[in-house]
Amino acid sequence: MDKIKQISVKTVMFILFLIFLVASTLIDFNPGVIISKNFTSFSMEMIKVLPPIFILIGLFDVWVKRETIEKHLGEGGGLKSYLWVFILAAPMAGGLLPSFPIAHSLYKKGARLTVILVFLGAVGIGRVPMILFESTFLGVKFSMIRIIASIPLVIVSGIFLGRKLEKEGYTLPKDVINK
Amino acid sequence: MQFIYILTVVSVILSFLVDSKKTKRAFKIGVKKLWKITPPFVSIIVAISIVLYLIPNDLIVRYLGGTKSYLSILMALTIGSVTVMPGPVVYPLCKILLSQGVSYSVIAAFSTSLMMVGVVTFPVESAYFGKKFAFLRNAISLIMAFIVAIVFAFVSGWL
Repeated sequence: MDKIKQISVKTVMFILFLIFLVASTLIDFNPGVIISKNFTSFSMEMIKVLPPIFILIGLFDVWVKRETIEKHLGEGGGLKSYLWVFILAAPMAGGLLPSFPIAHSLYKKGARLTVILVFLGAVGIGRVPMILFESTFLGVKFSMIRIIASIPLVIVSGIFLGRKLEKEGYTLPKDVINK
Repeated sequence: MQFIYILTVVSVILSFLVDSKKTKRAFKIGVKKLWKITPPFVSIIVAISIVLYLIPNDLIVRYLGGTKSYLSILMALTIGSVTVMPGPVVYPLCKILLSQGVSYSVIAAFSTSLMMVGVVTFPVESAYFGKKFAFLRNAISLIMAFIVAIVFAFVSGWL
């Protein structure tokens, strides 16, 4: 009952937001026009990226055996696990946001926390589409230096934080906590 | 972007040829998960579009172009953390910053924190990983962005 109430408050707010956007466009209210431009462009990006990602997550769920992930990204994976997650992160589109559900499915299939953290870091620093943009605008040298400086930081900090959390017995939520 | 579509289409076709039942189940799982995460994602997108309005490009240019480099780096880290920008917007903006005389290390601080630290996306991140994980990951990423900026301060002669 409480949950239904909460959802409806959010929905009402969202509808009000949409009305605000439409009204601003109609009366040419500048802040509203800019916000609505931002909103549509960002929504479009997410609408483009999320469906294929969730289809892949579904396929991953039914096809990839837990043992495979445990072997390569779990306790027994060793240093090679980190190489794997960098390869996995390289083609990611859309930034950190869509990589959260992917990291979470990896964890559920047995990947260890350090690997999850390095994966998220790798998505942040080493996505190929992003690097292409970056080197076009800021030069190849800039990208090279940034990547060379970032990779060890991502790996070291991921191992450090992951080990710390594992030692404390930290576990990720089994399912998404929907407030 | 195209890559992910090609990968998805090829995987779906292969999966369907091998086992159509499993493929259907995969679709169900994917749709269910996507549906579940849609409300928080929508809130985040609303928040991002408002934040992007409140922090327009010329404001970023104004704040990052200061003469005191350590202050500019701190500003860059702050703006990079609270903002989320689509990739194609980030680098043209960095180029503008560069032409305005902003240093490479400030740009590195800005772009790295933008990619790694997300204040706006924090609710979704903690929904998946828990608050503690999300907080620590963001904090460490912020330190990382700072270190990367320092590295650039040393090697900027090359650029």
